[in-house]
Amino acid sequence: MRYNGWMNDRAIGRAAFLGLVGVGVAGLFLGRDATRVIGSVVPATVRGIVPTSGWRIYTIAARMPSIRPAAYRLQIAGAVERPTTLSLADLRGLPRAEQVSDFHCVTGWSVYDVTWGGVRFRDLLAQAGPVPGAKALRFVSDEVPYDDTLTLEQALLGDVMLAFDMDGKPLSRPHGAPARVVMPRMYGYKSVKWVTRIEVLEADSRLGYWEQRGYDKDAWVDGSNGFTA
Amino acid sequence: MARTASPPERTTIVRFGRTERTLHWVHAAGFFAMLATGLILYLPVLSEVVARRNLVKNVHIWSAVAWALLIAVIVLVGNRRRLAENWREIETIDRDDRRWLAGRRAPQGKFNAGQKVNTILTVAFAVLFAVSGFFLWLGERNHAFLFDGTGTVHETLTLASVVLVAGHLYLAVIHPSTRHALRGMTRGDVRKDWAEAHHAKWVEDERRV
Repeated sequence: MRYNGWMNDRAIGRAAFLGLVGVGVAGLFLGRDATRVIGSVVPATVRGIVPTSGWRIYTIAARMPSIRPAAYRLQIAGAVERPTTLSLADLRGLPRAEQVSDFHCVTGWSVYDVTWGGVRFRDLLAQAGPVPGAKALRFVSDEVPYDDTLTLEQALLGDVMLAFDMDGKPLSRPHGAPARVVMPRMYGYKSVKWVTRIEVLEADSRLGYWEQRGYDKDAWVDGSNGFTA
Repeated sequence: MARTASPPERTTIVRFGRTERTLHWVHAAGFFAMLATGLILYLPVLSEVVARRNLVKNVHIWSAVAWALLIAVIVLVGNRRRLAENWREIETIDRDDRRWLAGRRAPQGKFNAGQKVNTILTVAFAVLFAVSGFFLWLGERNHAFLFDGTGTVHETLTLASVVLVAGHLYLAVIHPSTRHALRGMTRGDVRKDWAEAHHAKWVEDERRV
């Protein structure tokens, strides 16, 4: 074993190895903001090779739903005056809303400044007329058995919508085409994709797919699922 | 090293035994199985083409389990003394290695300094892949183990590994002066004249044994 003044030869490789492992383990606890900074220094050429644009596509069913736009029907049922079925053209005929908002996934990634186009739930629900005692909405996905809920109050917040456009184009299949929920203030599992049915509920007690598996029902970003601001 | 006018010596010398070769190829198979399935899980374009995330996710996770078990079995029943010797040499970055890394010529052992760096990175990445992958899996089930950076670490490792493996494949398969080393990892032996040129200190050590 030879010494080169400050460290013996063998310790160099060992220090490099343990240092790398230590940095990697510490990286598990990096916040999203640190991830964003690291991501922003990745050269555009590398980002071009890895065309995720920040999104990860998570599904739970055996197969990703594939819905022909012409065949799409959205049912609004449950505690409503007039159970209603709408085509995509009907949806696009409703007052259009647009917004730019961030998308946060509970697993640690975020996509910033997403442009959404769609319809606010106030305008959508007016088609069916919720009964006075209505408390919550259940969004049923074509990806069986995925579903989730929002209270009526949450669904009527100013930045919540049923979206059918994303970044200036019709929603793509991986992002929930033809229509999905957008609820930017909560983690993404509340923003149900491939929505084919909305049930108006008179009690806010139903748990969504992930909530039956231990996730928080009120999934506020930085205020749920063990994350704090 | 005596220079002779005769044609290059055709005798060979054993570089990698069964344990070392099995470990290498099991790791390689595991890496490419998990890379292929991992890319399908990670890239939106592929996730749409394949559209069967559950199946791919299961293959990815069970590949990881099989990989880890096989590595453990090889280390347990294989030539542990040889593996320990290799690791000791790999960890040792001596003066010749530092000169080599600085771009100067210097006699090299069984592993040249570049191979040492590659191995240290590969083993560290394997440990970190396993740790971050385990927490990705566990965090989905129990939010006490859900950390913001887990995915970032797993993805960064993927990118870095792809770069590392691309360089490794180039040197092992294409680059004329180094690609003979591939034979050491398939058949186990390498030409002695090649070893003398590329791993002089190792050949010297073997002669003394």
